[in-house]
Amino acid sequence: MSHLDVAPGALAPRESRTVPRLLIGLALVMTALFVVVPLVYIFHRAFAAGWGVFVRNILEPGTLHAIWLTALVALITVPLNIGFGVAAAWALSRFEFRGRKTLLTLIEIPFSISPIIAGICYLLLYGRTGLLGPWLNEMDIKILFAVPGIVLVTMFVTSPFVVREVLPLMQAQGSEQEQAAVTLGASGWQIFRRVTLPNIRWALLYGAVLCSARAVGEFGGVSVVSGSIRGQTLTLPLQIELLFNDLNTVGAFAAASVLTLLALVVLVLKTVMEARR
Amino acid sequence: MTITIAHLTRRFGETEVLRGIDLSVEKGELVALLGPSGSGKTTLLKIIAGLDWPDAGVLEVNGEDWLQKKAQDRRIGFVFQNYALFPHMTVRDNIAFGLTVRPRDTRPAPAAIAGKVTELLQFLQIPQLADRFPAELSGGQRQRVALGRAMAIAPELLLLDEPFGALDAQVRRDLRRWLREVLQQAGSTTIFVTHDQEEAFELADRVVVMGAGRIEQVGRPEEIHDHPATPFVARFLGMTVELPVTLHAGRAGAPGLDTASLPRVAMADGPAMLFLRPTDITPVPDPQGRFTVADVTSTGALLRLRLKDDLTSAEPEIEIARRLAPPLRAGARIHLRPEAGRLFPATAGIPPAVAPAIKALKESSL
Repeated sequence: MSHLDVAPGALAPRESRTVPRLLIGLALVMTALFVVVPLVYIFHRAFAAGWGVFVRNILEPGTLHAIWLTALVALITVPLNIGFGVAAAWALSRFEFRGRKTLLTLIEIPFSISPIIAGICYLLLYGRTGLLGPWLNEMDIKILFAVPGIVLVTMFVTSPFVVREVLPLMQAQGSEQEQAAVTLGASGWQIFRRVTLPNIRWALLYGAVLCSARAVGEFGGVSVVSGSIRGQTLTLPLQIELLFNDLNTVGAFAAASVLTLLALVVLVLKTVMEARR
Repeated sequence: MTITIAHLTRRFGETEVLRGIDLSVEKGELVALLGPSGSGKTTLLKIIAGLDWPDAGVLEVNGEDWLQKKAQDRRIGFVFQNYALFPHMTVRDNIAFGLTVRPRDTRPAPAAIAGKVTELLQFLQIPQLADRFPAELSGGQRQRVALGRAMAIAPELLLLDEPFGALDAQVRRDLRRWLREVLQQAGSTTIFVTHDQEEAFELADRVVVMGAGRIEQVGRPEEIHDHPATPFVARFLGMTVELPVTLHAGRAGAPGLDTASLPRVAMADGPAMLFLRPTDITPVPDPQGRFTVADVTSTGALLRLRLKDDLTSAEPEIEIARRLAPPLRAGARIHLRPEAGRLFPATAGIPPAVAPAIKALKESSL
């Protein structure tokens, strides 16, 4: 490895550059074809009919409501997942308890299960004929085909992101700094705020960013529990599909461009944070 | 600050880490807990700090039951082997930490805290490091900062876990001398853990030798060195040559051994083990001798002889000042004249093989 870092002397034999150039070229072409072109095309189609049409499409009440609902869902789920993620990482890295291994496995489940299964599970649990359905009906609590259901499914899908980022870091750091703080007289909250949190802040933010990206973009699970009521339970991804099915291509692409823009912002944040971590 | 520890036991699952520790430490004393890995010394230190809890036993400080007291309220200074400095804080903030987390009514004013920190930085001879971060410090500097952080809360009891464990040999020696002075000036009671006997002997007023969860011996360094209480201590303090002998009227005897220079002991007649230091033995050329010289190597000042014991087929090694050595070659027959040694009952002691086994156990449980 180290000898590759050193620039070869002038008399070093020249290696053929053909194969590396070919491979790099191939990678660039594939990336352009599969990633860059579709992304650019979204914006191209969104603005195809001009700025005015684009803005009108965004300001269309259904799309505007979808943007608002998506933001609301993210604003609820991300903070909850940060809280859950830090608590779980703390418990798993600092304590030995019965069921620790089980918890470790359970946390990973949302990653390995298709979101649509999560949606169906919630449907069977909270639906009218489901396990909790009659009771919820009696208490007049509406979960399915309403915002609470969407939030629940989104939380299920996004719950591993923060833990996955924070836990390995906390395990690697060990608890000595916290023990040192204990002997210096710090209370539990002081230890968390002044020792633990500063140590994990970048991993935590990184996890939160990934979590937000997923919360905003979630489609499969949400589509099952949302009931797709226009202007009420459509998140942005669902709204895009709806517009597309209505053959409103410009509208669909306008909405899609908003979602893409959000994803690009997340990507930039993620890159910045990776450098800081 | 007087510490009284009685019948302290601690087990991790099946492993008994402490098997009944009795110890008292007087105010102002500097005590070393010395032992091999797995002897339970760090666990004992952590229990005193409140970072671990015993399964049974008593821990009293100034007559107060410390097992009812949280670590936060014990007001001890603890220095970790790897220092555990807060990486996101400057040296100044690290040292100030213990003062800034005090409840509002007992917390000194910011100016008073800054003054105290500056004073400590001067005392530890690191004022130039005040605004650096731990990652920018050398090992020795980190150790000083860790000590400063622990001392900032004016602890009556200072606990150090392998204080020199993470340093290289030269820094180790310099810091040892320095630490001894600092601790004397600070005047606090100090307990430190080490596996290095030189460190323990040079720093401590009193050394507690631990092995496999028990205290083997407590005493002043020279006491322990000259009169090891158990075979374990004798072995732990250095190379030993162990020879089976027979006791008769307080005198040890065995074929091929000239034990005239050994004092009489008050032990029952019968078989015993004679423990000798390799340097406390004079080889005497003797055509009828029990030992054969297997080979001779020179370390410069010393000649090291590997012997073959014809009686037990053991291969003891002895050392002798090169100037004083009789002319010996490989193949020569000799007998041995011990100049000093310790006798233990033949059945006593843990065979040397047990210590590594315990170490392996500890490592596998981690």
